[in-house]
Amino acid sequence: MIDVTKIRKDFPILKREVNGKPLVYLDNAATSQTPQQVIDVIVDYYQNYNANIHRGVHALSQEATDKYEVARQTIQKHFNAKESYEIIFTSGTTHSINIVANGFTTLLEKGDEILVSAMEHHSNIVPWQMLAERTGAVLKVIPMNLDGELRMDVYDDLLSNKTKLVFCNHISNALGTINPIKEIIDKAHAVGAAVLIDGAQAAPHIKADMQKLDVDFYTASAHKICGPTGVGMLYGKEEWLNKLPPYQGGGEMIAEVTFEKTTYADLPHKFEAGTPNICGGIAFGAALDYMNSIGFEAIAEYEHELLEYATKELLKIEGLKIYGTAKNKTSVISFNIEGLHPYDIGSILDKLGVAVRTGHHCAQPIMDFYKIPGTVRASFSFYNTMDEVDVLVAAVIRAKGMLE
Amino acid sequence: MQIKKIQEEIVDEFSMFDDWMQRYEYMIDLGKSLPLINENYKTDDNIIKGCQSKVWVHAELEEDKLVFTADSDAIITKGIIAILIRAFSNQKPQDIIDADTDFIDEIGLKEHLSPTRANGLVSMIKQLKLYAIAYQTQLN
Repeated sequence: MIDVTKIRKDFPILKREVNGKPLVYLDNAATSQTPQQVIDVIVDYYQNYNANIHRGVHALSQEATDKYEVARQTIQKHFNAKESYEIIFTSGTTHSINIVANGFTTLLEKGDEILVSAMEHHSNIVPWQMLAERTGAVLKVIPMNLDGELRMDVYDDLLSNKTKLVFCNHISNALGTINPIKEIIDKAHAVGAAVLIDGAQAAPHIKADMQKLDVDFYTASAHKICGPTGVGMLYGKEEWLNKLPPYQGGGEMIAEVTFEKTTYADLPHKFEAGTPNICGGIAFGAALDYMNSIGFEAIAEYEHELLEYATKELLKIEGLKIYGTAKNKTSVISFNIEGLHPYDIGSILDKLGVAVRTGHHCAQPIMDFYKIPGTVRASFSFYNTMDEVDVLVAAVIRAKGMLE
Repeated sequence: MQIKKIQEEIVDEFSMFDDWMQRYEYMIDLGKSLPLINENYKTDDNIIKGCQSKVWVHAELEEDKLVFTADSDAIITKGIIAILIRAFSNQKPQDIIDADTDFIDEIGLKEHLSPTRANGLVSMIKQLKLYAIAYQTQLN
């Protein structure tokens, strides 16, 4: 069981007011808030052992290197990767995806096929379109039904020996749908295709097991799991990471450099050119420690209660329609009210201290599918309360009254 | 009436509101009363970029004055457009080019709207001025 009153004390930002009202933060799918435990780690880094890593022989550098590598191991354990060097520190999920998309340029041929799901974030569409343009490969879309669930029957038909890559998010940022990734991975492997799962939205809710999933690539961003912005990870199976060429050239990623030739460093450094976000990486580890101290099962259970209560209460509002009604979904509610623009609703909610996201959520194809300009999206985290759901519902009713 | 005078009038009206709620309600009313743009002008070419909601603006020269019509799919945005049109429409292009836009700050719009929306507001003003420049060139 989650003690939400106690947990909320860990998050200093939750005490603040917005527009004279207590902040009700329901934009967790965009970024999560940071607990004091993680803030302390960030402060401690800059106050006590800020140094460049992997090169200095002095004490501070060694201390920073140790902590950075311990963080990598924390991430490895959390995601149950076989080896710590299969975890590449990146600036976030977008960077992670680009490393893979760029790497496959040399591995694809004209006519090869890439499958991408219809409910992707732009960051998991654009890099593959660019890859298809570079290589002459064909990008095909796995469609979804009106509930926001992938059409697995069509997926079966799309798969063939031409399929080389499959990309899909674990959880949709706009709809909250939890995709059947194990089935997607196994079926892709059966035709010899590699699979990248974008775990940006899943990481705050589900502890994904790399070895059980047998996934080839998996991505996550620290700022969605109580960590800082600007840092994330790419998990890649060792054999795949060895096959991919480096993404950026620079320091740290080399073994030997002459003006004639450079040999690349071993994993993970091959993909970590330049001075990384050292503090961010260490704080990423601390954020996972924090979330694991609460426990992902308890988090999932509590967030499900929030989702069910919020869904029930919101649906009492006349004319309110929820987009994304998959049987298996996380605590994200995308909605519109008949005849009202999501932007108008969001503007008034903000005035009432309720932070939600409005717009297309960087997933324009989903909005086109439903033929809407966007939605209002409320996304809940384990530190939200049932009372906050009530504030949201009251605010939506008030906005509706003002706008109609 | 001169642009400056109209702007002062708008600032006066907004100064009567005590809180954001009244201000928003007034903008929503303004949005609802905005004369509609001719449907033929709601083309992709006339969409202003930089707004989360869709905004169309059309400009037409009537004798020596520039007349703006506009629309949006969001009502608060329409309210903002109504205020801008009241200040800038039916004016000589050169006067539109020369007009300052400090009144936006004074009526608390920029400060009270979210940054993305404020950008939309800036884009709208920029678009009105661009039309004025284009038609002024034509008049010369």
